[in-house]
Amino acid sequence: LSRYTATTEHDRERMLATIGVGSVQELFDRQIPAGVRLGRALDLPDGMGEQDVYAHLRELASRNVSAEEEVSFLGAGMYDHYVPALIDMLMERSEFLTPYTPYQPEISQGGLQVMFEYQTAICELTGLPVSNASVYEGQSAVAAAAYLAKLHNARSKLVVSAGMHPHAIQTLRTLAHGYGMSVVEIPLTDGVTDIDAWTEAIDGDTSAALFAQPNFYGAVEDAAALSAAAKSDERAPVVIAQVDPIALGILMPPGECGVDVAVGEGQPLGNRLDFGGPSFGLFAAREEYLRRMPGRIAGETVDVDGRRGFVLTLQTREQHIRREKATSNICTSQALNALAGVVYLAWLGRAGIVELGELLLARTHYARETLSSLEGIEPLHTQPVIREFAVRLDADVAAVKRRCAAAGVNPGVDIHDLTGRDADRGGLLVALTERRSRADIDRLADVLGASVGAERQAVAA
Amino acid sequence: MTAVSESPLQRERAQTIFEKGAPGRRAFVCPKLDVPDVDAETTLLPARYRRTEPPRLPEVSEPEIVRHYVGISKRNFDLDSGFYPLGSCTMKHNPRLHERVAALPGHARLHPLQDPARAQGALELMYRLQGALAEISGLPHVSLQPSAGSHGELAGLLLTRAYHEHRGENHRLRVLTPDTSHGTNPATVTMAGLQVVKLATDAHGGIDLEDLRAHADTDVACLMLTNPNTLGVFDPNIEEIARIVHGAGATLYYDGANLNAVMGLSRPGDMGFDIVHFNLHKSFTQPHGGGGPGSGPIAVSERIAPFLPTPIVLRRGVGDADDDAAVGAGSNGTAPAEPVFDLDYGGADGEGPGSRSIGRLRGFHGNYGCFVRAYAYIRSLGADGLRDASETAVLNANYLLARLREADVAEHLPLAYGELCMHEFVLSGGPMKRELGLKTLDLAKRLLDFGFHPPTVYFPLLVDEALMVEPTETETRETLDAFADAIVEILREAVTDGPEVARGAPYTTPVRRLDEVAAAKRPVIRQALS
Repeated sequence: LSRYTATTEHDRERMLATIGVGSVQELFDRQIPAGVRLGRALDLPDGMGEQDVYAHLRELASRNVSAEEEVSFLGAGMYDHYVPALIDMLMERSEFLTPYTPYQPEISQGGLQVMFEYQTAICELTGLPVSNASVYEGQSAVAAAAYLAKLHNARSKLVVSAGMHPHAIQTLRTLAHGYGMSVVEIPLTDGVTDIDAWTEAIDGDTSAALFAQPNFYGAVEDAAALSAAAKSDERAPVVIAQVDPIALGILMPPGECGVDVAVGEGQPLGNRLDFGGPSFGLFAAREEYLRRMPGRIAGETVDVDGRRGFVLTLQTREQHIRREKATSNICTSQALNALAGVVYLAWLGRAGIVELGELLLARTHYARETLSSLEGIEPLHTQPVIREFAVRLDADVAAVKRRCAAAGVNPGVDIHDLTGRDADRGGLLVALTERRSRADIDRLADVLGASVGAERQAVAA
Repeated sequence: MTAVSESPLQRERAQTIFEKGAPGRRAFVCPKLDVPDVDAETTLLPARYRRTEPPRLPEVSEPEIVRHYVGISKRNFDLDSGFYPLGSCTMKHNPRLHERVAALPGHARLHPLQDPARAQGALELMYRLQGALAEISGLPHVSLQPSAGSHGELAGLLLTRAYHEHRGENHRLRVLTPDTSHGTNPATVTMAGLQVVKLATDAHGGIDLEDLRAHADTDVACLMLTNPNTLGVFDPNIEEIARIVHGAGATLYYDGANLNAVMGLSRPGDMGFDIVHFNLHKSFTQPHGGGGPGSGPIAVSERIAPFLPTPIVLRRGVGDADDDAAVGAGSNGTAPAEPVFDLDYGGADGEGPGSRSIGRLRGFHGNYGCFVRAYAYIRSLGADGLRDASETAVLNANYLLARLREADVAEHLPLAYGELCMHEFVLSGGPMKRELGLKTLDLAKRLLDFGFHPPTVYFPLLVDEALMVEPTETETRETLDAFADAIVEILREAVTDGPEVARGAPYTTPVRRLDEVAAAKRPVIRQALS
């Protein structure tokens, strides 16, 4: 008898007698060849009681500096938004936390309805008519969209803006090898996709053309112009945009910009940072892609008595039916994280998502102006920004970050660390959420300005 | 047919959050504008970039949101409410301790791009989890990055391709998969740009060795295998299978969906596998969340290690990983100058883990929240507890199987293969369908009225009217008995009252059988909004 099991000695005797074997060991000896039995204990620590495990995990947590303990401007795909308490409460409910995928719809209407509501919300945000019930997360969602394009037009080239998240581009390169596709990267000019290079690169072999909105450097792209350029020829590729769902409260939705498939990281919608996951990837598309979508999709129907109900639908796309002919190998969605997403959107509401967008826009503008006025700091580009912006420090970013950390401020992400691009040396990506007030921004300016100054002096000396 | 009056949940017609509320209602209070009010429309974001109408999100108050979602939650069955013997899904108890520790701000509000020196607790946890998974699998190197089992499979096949390509064997494009395999296996093969070759199953439920030998040529890249397989059969020829596959120069991939049968008892690495994926949400009891999140780390042999996805967590310097005094440096938020645990992107030597990496598979470092829970589970159980979990899982499965092989059941629902089973078993509903007029689907739907989640149905495909049962180790003998009794009762009901009762089931659920054909024919996948 150990943790979470209930079989007493007495139970075991009865059960073994019913089975007709002498011992539990016999069950294994009769089924596992002797040559592959372990024959020793695993070399792992002994088990611990609940309070000791708690203490150990708490000790590990205490050696992390979370957004609770510093004024953090970290972003680059995941953001420290406030998660309302009702989301914690709903996610902890057994009815949402502990079921499996809704294979039995009669007893899974709650989860299926959440998926249906989630799909509705994502369609509204993106301006696209079709959404699945979510995929793993936002960066691999880009590769999943590229696979959709391959299934759609069987072409082999992916034209990718360098403004996409570096992890999205890296993931795309990994998976494109499996897909048998090549990746062509289009450079940026003043922070946004170079539209001439973009237009020139897109040809009849191009399966998909991909960009981010806003892009990795915080810049708002001219999405309509990029889509139009990609579609100037009749052999147009699938146009894929990686979007920030929070920004879509005020930004023109991808569906109105000529985008065919919109994907994005769902974490900003009511999900914790969790050191990078789990979160969810949103995935929406035009109607014509419906039957090639990856992942689960919930649909509305009726039961035998005529009651409204929901089921997993279009399952003939999926791996458990189609096996090697499936449109994706994805099995689960990120149901619990998508639940947080749709509850968050309901909590923000129709007016709230716009107010939040305007607040971020104003604060981000203020922060960029304030930082750019400091000695040794200049903006990396001059494009409109919504919730994140890039500056260049005239000092070593890692060293400056260490100085800021000592003052309790995390000024942002070292851009070169992520992209590895020479042009990004000195780049700092600064992200805002509604939790970063003007006072926090002013503190950032003080600390960052002083740190850059001190670092330049130290190097000069 | 039993006449049943409508239950309260059945009377309550489904209404989405978009159909509730009223214009002007809200829950969110936006922080006040505390920076200068500039003309946003023209200065900050020109009109051509702006949306003209706000998204039509719900307009609801906080109490309405709570009542709505609590209300629809009650239309779900869940593991905390009852037995959930879904085969190959390992629906074992989800300890609430795991939710508590994962929610600690030091884990939950940690940004993935925090400097490694200031995320030492998280990196140490990941390092220790890598080590534990390596020990459990018998394979030395681990990547925690894949997001789910299917993602781990994709990683594994891309690793296989990279391994063969590095050896100049680009022609190895065929992947052998038994006909009992999970659907994700062949689907993944296609996504990795490889070709599926199906292998037959022998009379005992294992791989047909003759078929394997016939297909194991120099064009084969990999054999993907679940062991015990989806029939609950541990392949008795596993050593010979490994010899044949390695002899042909191919790799051997272990689908870890069924690892719960063998933890601490047998290790994939010792069986000869090169690559394993774990389902942390199965064997290591991450809650399934109604269909995700999952987490699918992989472990690999030395020869595959150079190709691993990066980053991998490593420990710098020498010393014992369990030396808490050494790794405890820098507590209370102060960071050591040089991080002890760090993210490694693979050295340039072409030998070490990740040095010839296939690249990244997703953003950041994987589903850390799942790592916290899996690690808490491994530390709670320890070596003995993990073995006990697998032993009890196998004991429970064999006990339930024995109960269902008693008279009156076995004649209608015989065991598809073998005599004993590992952690799950597969019954065939073929005789039940022929003799009682009851399909496996009918039995499953009638089980809903008895308060049980049905087993996995119609899988694996090679078993007629399959019913795949995995009770897990956390169920009591009383629960197993009650489930067996319900099966007995449903079969008795079919004999005495005819098959119509089960064919009309369920009767007691919030909705009854749903028209899935209509849903697929004319898909309605979002709420119409006005």
